[in-house]
Amino acid sequence: MREITYVEAIREALFQKMSEDETVFLIGEDIGVYGGAFGATAGLIQQFGEDRVIDTPISEAGIAGACIGAALTGFRPVGEIQFMDFVTLSMEQLVLQAAKIRFMFGGKAKVPFVLRMPGGSGTGAAAQHSESLENWFVHVPGLKVVMPSTPYDAKGLLIASIEDDNPVIFVEHKLLYKIKGPVPEEMYRVPLSQSHVVRPGKDLTIVATSIMVQRALQAADQLAKEGIDVEIIDPRTLRPLDDEPILESVVKTGKVLIVHEAVKMAGFGGEIAARIAESSAFDYLEAPIRRLGGLDIPIPYNRNLEYHAVPQVENIVEEARNLAALKV
Amino acid sequence: MEWTTLVESEIFQPDHRQLIEELGETRLREWVLEMNIIRAFEEKAEDLFARGLVHGTMHLSIGQEAVAVGASAAMEDGDYLLNHHRGHGHCLAWGSDVRLMMAEFLGKETGYCRGRGGSMHIANVEMNNLGANGIVGGGIPISVGVGLSIKKRKTRQVCLTIFGDGAANEGAFHESLNMASIWDLPVVYLCENNQYAMSMPVQKAFNIRYISQRAAAYGIAGVTVDGNDVLAVYDAVRTAAQRARNGEGPTLVEALTYRWKGHSKSDRQAYRTRDEVKEWQARDPIHRLAHLLEMSEAEYEEIVKKAQAAIEEAVEFANASPEPDLSTIMEGVYA
Ligand SMILES: Cc1ncc(C[n+]2csc(CCOP(=O)(O)OP(=O)(O)O)c2C)c(N)n1
Ligand SMILES: [Mg+2]
Repeated sequence: MREITYVEAIREALFQKMSEDETVFLIGEDIGVYGGAFGATAGLIQQFGEDRVIDTPISEAGIAGACIGAALTGFRPVGEIQFMDFVTLSMEQLVLQAAKIRFMFGGKAKVPFVLRMPGGSGTGAAAQHSESLENWFVHVPGLKVVMPSTPYDAKGLLIASIEDDNPVIFVEHKLLYKIKGPVPEEMYRVPLSQSHVVRPGKDLTIVATSIMVQRALQAADQLAKEGIDVEIIDPRTLRPLDDEPILESVVKTGKVLIVHEAVKMAGFGGEIAARIAESSAFDYLEAPIRRLGGLDIPIPYNRNLEYHAVPQVENIVEEARNLAALKV
Repeated sequence: MEWTTLVESEIFQPDHRQLIEELGETRLREWVLEMNIIRAFEEKAEDLFARGLVHGTMHLSIGQEAVAVGASAAMEDGDYLLNHHRGHGHCLAWGSDVRLMMAEFLGKETGYCRGRGGSMHIANVEMNNLGANGIVGGGIPISVGVGLSIKKRKTRQVCLTIFGDGAANEGAFHESLNMASIWDLPVVYLCENNQYAMSMPVQKAFNIRYISQRAAAYGIAGVTVDGNDVLAVYDAVRTAAQRARNGEGPTLVEALTYRWKGHSKSDRQAYRTRDEVKEWQARDPIHRLAHLLEMSEAEYEEIVKKAQAAIEEAVEFANASPEPDLSTIMEGVYA
């Protein structure tokens, strides 16, 4: 199959949905002639014009509100927040309006839009441009939270997100934009709320999100050489969460390591751990549930400190190795 | 709506001759040096970046040196500064040590923020420089608190708050200027209008001719100056600071200038023409002051060399400085 990058996959999804559905339009900062800070919308303004690729002033609350208002009245907007960090300025509109409108109106309205945003560290952009805030949204009923880890999923999940009738927070990762992978040329959907077994294995389960899926895959290759067979599960949609494949995997392997980039404290890993602990899969655990997440600090500027602030391949290898060695 | 950037009759016109007399040629020659130090810093930053010696990003202020130097010169010791991502120049003009700035830029332990902050977050708290900001408009609401604090403490300090044209379209701008107005806070709001917010030209982002017109909506004074004229910036900011010191509240000063370089590290600049850039480069703010002072070319060249030497020394200092130790990674989150 043809291979393209993650950012190309996103652009292709936008292009194909916009070509097919006139109610889809894009709105955000520098998404037109500039093509988006990371190039996700490059060339789209030439194809669809300024009416459907709308450059905004620097007004993140306004961007979120514009998506909500248009979604309420018949459109399927796709907004872009230039860096996930800046979505903090959109929070009221997203959390107190978008997420609740349908419920408050007794189910008589819907708010179908997608808000794309790149999160994560690793580019030296320091503390205010490197956040991983996905769990803020995971805590909010009414929102959906999607986090693709491969080009294939990026395209399929974005198309499915645009077609979904709810507000979807679509979290991309800066370091994933340039990775390549097989992506079909035609339109396809990766259904929301379907966790995915990325790599089957029998000794140990790793549940990972976004960039950590890629790092877990590299770690699994190394661990395989040591005779440790790792199963990797990518939830892909964090809310609503499909936990069945995770629980099944834990029943099979008896050991689980959860890895995400966001700060470990109150991160998504806590929810996964709790679901396992609350379920009958708990009885199958052969070792304590382990989590790897970002250190309890903002992302530092210095390159070496930045590197060590979040889980890297070697951390996953070490943690998994220790876990695999534990005997009950 | 038509937009012209420099309408002579509408923008504030300083009395150059009187200002030169008042400030004295010696001091103004120092401004030429200061502006050149800023430019040399930025050129070095770009060079280090191009050679892969810095990671992250940076926002260069080449072409905007007069705003930084004119505004800082108009403030007094003990005043506060809040600035923004394109902030190297403001920080230098505020009197910071160029070696500690370069060390921060290179992520070293000796830098102003111990290598934790980097280009976008340089602060020099000892000099009441409360920091640049990675968030567009992020410093504007903080100015309200600083102004309030000055008022409560009954000192004669003023808070200079610098931000770009783009920041004026964040909701925070509106809330803050209104609060500063109703409480008569001693804040000077300096909008450095360099014609673009990344790729967004001011003509598309505003339906008013001057950003300073917004002052009227908050019931405060507003003025637009030629930001490439260091004397004009100085005069307007000084007047605004005086008003603030006298309890007459905040002022919105807009300085019209231009960003010569791309927005940040990777900008193809498809949103503007080369001719436009050239046109503005012909209005070089540093040459302009040198010209007013009737400096000889030889004298000017000497100043440029002096500025470059200062930057080379700063790079040597930074290169010789240690990286932050990994064992300190958890430090500094809580007081
Ligand atoms: C809240 C927020 N939104 C978007 C950005 C991304 N961004 C950084 S600088 C910039 C343009 C700022 O324009 P302006 O305020 O005019 O300052 P200039 O860069 O022109 O000096 C943008 C969009 C950001 N850092 N923070
Ligand atoms: Mg600007």
